[in-house]
Amino acid sequence: MSSRFTLKDHFRESRLINGRLLVAALISILVFSVVIVRLVVLQVFEYEHFDSLSNRNRVDIEPLPPQRGLIYDRNGLLIAENIPTFSLEMVPEKVADVEATLNELSKLLALTDEDIADFQDRLKRHRRFQQVVIRQRLTEAEVARFSANRYRFPGVDIQGRLIRHYPQGNLFAHAVGYVGRINERELQIIDQQDYKGTQQIGKTGVEKEYEELLHGEVGYRQVETNVQGRIVRELMSVSSHSGDDLFLNLDINLQRVASESLTDFNGSVVAMDPRSGGVLALVSKPDFDPNLFVSGISSKDYAELRDSPERPLYDRALRGSYPPGSTLKPFVALAGLELGVVTEHSKTYCPGWYTLPGHDHRYRCWKHHGHGMMDMNDAVAQSCDVYFYDLAHTLGIDRLHQFLDLFGFGHETGIDIPSESSGLSPSREWKRASRNQAWFPGETLISGIGQGFNQTTPIQLAHATSTLAMRGVMQEPQVVRASRKAGQSEMELRGSERVNSLPMQDSQHWEAVVDSMVEVIHGERGTARHVGKDMPFKVAGKTGTAQVFGIAQDEKYDAETLERKLHDHALFIAFAPADKPEFVVAVVVENGGSGSKTAAPIARKMMIEYFGLELDEPQPDQ
Amino acid sequence: MNHSLISDRPQRQSWQPGRLFQLLHIDTMLLFGLLLLLGVGLMMLYSAGGQDSGLIIRQLVRLGVAMGAMLVVAQIHPDRMRDSAYWLYAFGLILLAAVLLFGHEGKGAQRWLNLGFFRFQPSEIIKLAVPILVAAFLAERPLPPSAFRILMSLALIGLPAFLIAKQPDLGTAILIASSGLIVLFLAGISWKLIIGFLSACAAAAPVLWYFMHDYQRRRVLTFLNPENDPLGAGYHIIQSKIAIGSGGTFGQGWLQGTQSHLEFLPERSTDFIFAVIAEEFGLAGAALLLCLYLLIAGRGLFIASQAQSSFSRLLAGSISITFLVYVFVNVGMVTGLLPVVGVPLPLVSYGGTSMVTLLAGFGILMSIHTHRRMMSP
Repeated sequence: MSSRFTLKDHFRESRLINGRLLVAALISILVFSVVIVRLVVLQVFEYEHFDSLSNRNRVDIEPLPPQRGLIYDRNGLLIAENIPTFSLEMVPEKVADVEATLNELSKLLALTDEDIADFQDRLKRHRRFQQVVIRQRLTEAEVARFSANRYRFPGVDIQGRLIRHYPQGNLFAHAVGYVGRINERELQIIDQQDYKGTQQIGKTGVEKEYEELLHGEVGYRQVETNVQGRIVRELMSVSSHSGDDLFLNLDINLQRVASESLTDFNGSVVAMDPRSGGVLALVSKPDFDPNLFVSGISSKDYAELRDSPERPLYDRALRGSYPPGSTLKPFVALAGLELGVVTEHSKTYCPGWYTLPGHDHRYRCWKHHGHGMMDMNDAVAQSCDVYFYDLAHTLGIDRLHQFLDLFGFGHETGIDIPSESSGLSPSREWKRASRNQAWFPGETLISGIGQGFNQTTPIQLAHATSTLAMRGVMQEPQVVRASRKAGQSEMELRGSERVNSLPMQDSQHWEAVVDSMVEVIHGERGTARHVGKDMPFKVAGKTGTAQVFGIAQDEKYDAETLERKLHDHALFIAFAPADKPEFVVAVVVENGGSGSKTAAPIARKMMIEYFGLELDEPQPDQ
Repeated sequence: MNHSLISDRPQRQSWQPGRLFQLLHIDTMLLFGLLLLLGVGLMMLYSAGGQDSGLIIRQLVRLGVAMGAMLVVAQIHPDRMRDSAYWLYAFGLILLAAVLLFGHEGKGAQRWLNLGFFRFQPSEIIKLAVPILVAAFLAERPLPPSAFRILMSLALIGLPAFLIAKQPDLGTAILIASSGLIVLFLAGISWKLIIGFLSACAAAAPVLWYFMHDYQRRRVLTFLNPENDPLGAGYHIIQSKIAIGSGGTFGQGWLQGTQSHLEFLPERSTDFIFAVIAEEFGLAGAALLLCLYLLIAGRGLFIASQAQSSFSRLLAGSISITFLVYVFVNVGMVTGLLPVVGVPLPLVSYGGTSMVTLLAGFGILMSIHTHRRMMSP
C-alpha cells in the first residue's frame, strides 16, 4: 500500500508528524517543569514545615514516670510500697476506631462490661496522647495472649507499671491515706509536665501532704517510632528520679494495738511523743482498705464505703468533733490557778447540784448525792462537776475561752496531714456571729465541764495533753519524722521548728494540775485507778464522758444499734511518766459509755505496748 | 538489501562493540539511559525495601526477563509488528474478557490471570497493542486521518480502556487511552478537534463521576483535600508529601530517609518509591531523575523523528510520550498534584509485569531505529 504514496506525500507526512513530535516534546518538558516546580515548593519553600512534621512523625517523647517514694514506720517497716503490675492501655489518638478495637479486645481478653464502662469513663477525662487504662492487673496468661496478637491492635499496648501497695492494709488507711487516679481538679493544680506518665497522685493523708516529696522527678526518653507507634529504637533518655522515702513517727505496733483494742467501736486513738510532737499512733475506726483506691475503686465498692452509716472514710482522728467532756477539766483547773481565781487548796462544796445566783435551775453533778468538800485535786480526780461549774462561773466565758485558746482548742493543730478540722471552743463573739444570740451564763457552766458547744478533735485532745505534759512546751503534731532522697543514706529530719512556750506565772500551777491528774490514776478515789495498776511510773490522766444529744436525721439505725448509738462517747487522755513525760495518748470511743470503762483501758494497752511493759490485761474496777 | 552492507563488511577488522550492538539491533544510547535508570531504581528499591537483598534479587530476575523481552522485540522488524497489530489487539481483548470472567483478585481489583506458573496481567499486552494498532490503522491512509478513521481509532482505544477501567484499574486505563490518543495527536488531527475534544472531556467529568466506583470517588475527594481524612484515605498523600518535603534540597542521604524506614510511608517499594528518592536525595536527586526520564524519552522522540515510515514514527512517538505520561501520573500522584491512581514509577518501582511491557516498548523503539534502510552505502 505504502508504495502507492509519492515521495512528496511521505515528506509531507514526516514533516507533519515531526512537527507534532516537537509539540509533544515541548508539552512534556512543560509538564515536567510543573512537576519540578512542585518539588521546589515542597522541598525548598515548605521544607521547614515538612521537616518538623517528619520529626514529629518519628520522634516520640516518652515520659519515664518516677518511682514513688516508699513510706516506713518508725521501726523501718514498710507501710507503702510499689509493686509491678501489667495493665492494658490504649492511646486513643493512635487508634482509628476505638469501639471496634474494644470489641476485638473483649473477645481476646474477656473484658467485662464494667471494664468497658470504666474505660469509657476514663476516656472522657484523659489527657491527649496519654495512655488510658483498659484493664489493670493482667494475669501472665493474659499478657501472653495479648502479646501474640499485639500486631492487630495499633495504639494498644501492655504497660508494666509500678502501682502503690499498702501491705498493712487497713491499719494506716486514714493516717497514710492512699493514692488514686489523677482527677480533673488535680489536673488543674499539678504541673502537667511533671506528671506525664504518672497515673496516681496522693489523695489523702501523708500521701497527699507529702505528694511533692514522694512523687519524684519525671524522666524522658526520646524514641523513634514507626507509624503504628511501636518503638524502633531509643534516641536518648533522661532518667527519672525516684521520690523521697518517708520515715514516719507512727509505729505499726502501737497502731495495731490501738486499732485492735477499739474492737468494734467507732472511735479514734492518737498517741504522741510530747518531747518531739511526733505522732506515734493515729487511728480512726472504722477503717477501710486503701488498696481499693489505688487502681481506681469500683463504683460499687465506693458506694458501699460512702453510704455506710458508720462512715469508714471519715477520719475521726483529725475531723471527728466530740465534746471533750471532763477531759477539759484539767485545762479549766489550770485556767483557775493561772488567773488567780482559785488556789490549789481552795475548796468548793458539792451537794450534787449547782445553781446560778438568782436562778433556781439546778445544774447537776454526775454524782447525784454530791461529792462534799472538794479542792482542785479532788475535783479533777473525782471529776466533780459542781467544782467546775463554780470555777467556770467565776472565770466567765471570756477568760475561759481565752485560756483554752492557748492550748489550741478551737484551732487546727497544724499536724502534717490535710483536712484537719478546727473543733470549736465557744465564745460570746462566736455565738453572736454564728447564731446571732447572746451568751447565757448557764452556757459558761456547761462549757466548764467540756459539754455544750465544745467540740474537740482527738488530735486536738492529744496535742493539748502533750502541751500540758510538757508544762507548756507546745509542738505541732508531726506524722513524718524524716525523709530520705532516693539512693542516699542520710535522712533529713522533718518537723516544724515552731515550738511555742506557754508562759505561766507560777510553774507550780503545772505541777498542781499534773498531780491532780496523777490522782485520777493512782488516787484512792480516782476515776481510772485500773490504768495505773502495777505501772513502774506515775501516770497522769483524765476520763471524760461526752453526752450524745441526738441522732442526725439522715442516719438510719436499727433498734439495737440505735440503743447503742444513744450511749455517751467515752474519752480518756493520759501521759506517762507524769514527771518526765514520754508518751501521750488520747482516746475517743464513740458511744463507749464511760471514759473510765471503755476508753481508759485502751490507753493502758497503748502504754504497755509503748514502754514494753509486761503487765496483765487491765481490769476496770467497779 | 542494505543489510548486507553491514554484514558484508570485511571480517578482519578489530573488535568493535558498537557493531555487535547494531547486529543485535540495540540502540546504545537508549540502552545506556535505561541501564542508568534501572541502576538508580535498584539502589532506591534497596533502600525503600528495608535493605532486603531478597527483594533486589527478585527484581533482578524480573529485570533479566524484561531485558530478554526487549532484546527479542528489538529483533522483530517494525513491518511485522504492523502486520500482526490486529491479532495482538484481538488476543489482548480476549484475555481482558477472560480476566473479567476468571481473573484473580488482588487488592480488591481483578487484574490477574493465573497461567499456573505465572500470574499475568492482560492489560500489559493491551498497553502495547493499542498504540501499535492505532498507528498501523492510521498509517494505512494518508495523514492527517479522516473523521471516520478518527472515530474508528477512538473506538479501538475506548473498548479496552473501558474493560480495564471496569476491573477496576483506572490508572492503567488512563495510560492505555493516552497511548492511543497520543498516536492520534501525532497523526496530525486538527487543533480544532483537539480543543473540542478537551472541552468535551471537561463537560463529561460530571458524567464520569456518576459512573465512578466509590473508592475512585473517595480518591478524588481526598485528593482535593487530603487533610480531611488523615488516618484513612488521605494518609498516603500526607505521608508522601512529608517524606518529599523533609528531603529538602539535597536529601537525607541514601538509606537515611526516616519516613520510609520507619514505615510511615505506605507502598514505598512500589507506587510511592519516588517519595523515597525525593526524601533521600532531595530536590537535586528528584530533578536529576526526572531529567533522566526526559532524556530517555527524548532519545525515543529522536528515534521517532528518524523513523522511515509513518507507522514507525507514530508508534515510536507514542511509546516515548506514553513513557513520560507514566512518569507524570506517578510523580504527580506522589507529589499530590494528581489523584491517587495506582501507577508505578516506570522501571523503578518493584513489580514485574509492567517492567516487561515497558522494556518491550523500548525494544520496539530499538527495532524501529536499527531496522532502518540505509540510504547510502
